[in-house]
Amino acid sequence: MEILILLLALFVLSLFLGVELITKVPPTLHTPLMSGTNAVSGITLVGALLAAGAEGSPLLVNGLGFVAVTLATINVVGGYLVTNRMLAMFKRK
Amino acid sequence: MNPNLVNFIYLIAGVLFILGIKGLTKPKTAVRGNMLSALGMLLAVVVTLLSIHHVDFAYIIAGLILGTLVGAVMALRVQMTSMPQMVALLNGFGGGASLAIAVAEYFSKLGMVPSSFADALLPTEANSSLFGAGIEGEVALIAIGLTVMIGAVTLTGSLIAFLKLQEVMKKSYGLPGGPVGNAILALASLAAVAFLVINPGHVGVMLAMIVLALALGLFLVMPIGGADMPVVIALLNSYSGIAAALAGFILGNTVLIVAGSLVGTSGLILTQIMCVAMNRSLANVLFGKMAAGGEKIDADEIYAGKVTSAQPDEVAMILETAKRVVIVPGYGMAMAQAQHAVRELANAMEARGIEVEYGIHPVAGRMPGHMNVLLAEAEVPYDKLVEMERINPTFEETDVVIVIGANDVTNPMARDVEGSPIYGMPILNVDKARTVVVIKRSLSPGFAGLPNPLFAMDHTLMVYGDGKKAVIEMTTALNQS
Repeated sequence: MEILILLLALFVLSLFLGVELITKVPPTLHTPLMSGTNAVSGITLVGALLAAGAEGSPLLVNGLGFVAVTLATINVVGGYLVTNRMLAMFKRK
Repeated sequence: MNPNLVNFIYLIAGVLFILGIKGLTKPKTAVRGNMLSALGMLLAVVVTLLSIHHVDFAYIIAGLILGTLVGAVMALRVQMTSMPQMVALLNGFGGGASLAIAVAEYFSKLGMVPSSFADALLPTEANSSLFGAGIEGEVALIAIGLTVMIGAVTLTGSLIAFLKLQEVMKKSYGLPGGPVGNAILALASLAAVAFLVINPGHVGVMLAMIVLALALGLFLVMPIGGADMPVVIALLNSYSGIAAALAGFILGNTVLIVAGSLVGTSGLILTQIMCVAMNRSLANVLFGKMAAGGEKIDADEIYAGKVTSAQPDEVAMILETAKRVVIVPGYGMAMAQAQHAVRELANAMEARGIEVEYGIHPVAGRMPGHMNVLLAEAEVPYDKLVEMERINPTFEETDVVIVIGANDVTNPMARDVEGSPIYGMPILNVDKARTVVVIKRSLSPGFAGLPNPLFAMDHTLMVYGDGKKAVIEMTTALNQS
């Protein structure tokens, strides 16, 4: 129960922090912001790793874990690479 | 690995994500920000891999390799004009990952997997204590249910958004009853979540919920078209974050919660910015059609005999004497791949000492910031890309505005005609400039389906044809004079 309250506190504070941060991003960078946050949402990879490997689990669980790892990795790798590609174009003068 | 150490490193990863987004507040620091964020991700993944024991790494390694290959190929090959499709797909994969995690957790905690479909329909004895002690069990079940629901909606919704942006799916389909049908689907999936919290053993209900939520994603996005896509993509972006944060509650994982909620708010704020820029509520974009708008406006009446057309070389002659020119791009510029040609024209004008800026409407294109990325690709310095609020007061001192592939965002009816469907939508006041040049294939209406009185104004010149070709011809004529 205490852990749950702590997680909830973390969640709510992160929401407020998110609002403060994102409202300062200029419109010119909104597309890289979307692809960049997309890469961040690939953090589900951490959850996927925990689900995929559980030894002695039924095949269905491992299979779903494999799907989750694959999709989340696409998000992470694709998201960061494409964001980097876009931002490099903004940097040069 | 010590769980405290793992959590400490998750904290560092969370801080790096925050610093990464902070870096995105300025173009100069943005690349470094993205690197910091990626470093945070690497830390979180490595520490997770080190912390799990007794695992079968075959599935993990296979998934990591496959995902890296697909992700890298997508990211390195995608064209800048196709960025909305790319982001839509990535949103969908994020939602799909959360969905898969939640379902895997459900079966793993339940400790049984039905061996056949018929088996799944037979409920088993199970209660929430399998998912956690006391209230934590119920909370875990609620989190699983909501993650499945949001993850599934994000998955199918994003795939439809992708098909629409790719123009594979051109028509709009909807459920009979429209919003009512969607509401029934949404309520039915929520009811299934509630049922599962009380009776976690009913695998059949879990399967039904997955199907309902997948269908909901399909039917939510299918009726939504073209110019409303920026809102849909931003919203699905938010969903993929919320699904990740919810998955964090299932696993009791701090870094998932922090990262997921940052992404969730980011998407929601972008959604709101897009809605304000269209002067429509989110509900109106998702469920409504554009208002039918008082009396029917007759396009012929507005255009008849009043539209002046011009050739590119005539436009070049007007540009020769201009001191200040503003270029207003829209989705048509992306369609024609004309961003490099536009940059060439701007170069030719700047070589003659003409001041050139770009006026960017927040919903120009198919996703937030779409035009900025295209012009950045064509090496336009970002300080030349001016937002609507800052460019609007300058139109009165502007000699020529070149509108390329934009329509509704320049329609003066939004400002002047009360009762028009787009009345109140903030527009670029290009009609205040001395001369307006509109490059367009024809007089066909934009997404709002309205005629644009701008085209019939005395100081407006229509250049008909392909945007790229017209711009190149203007540049050539300007360079030769």
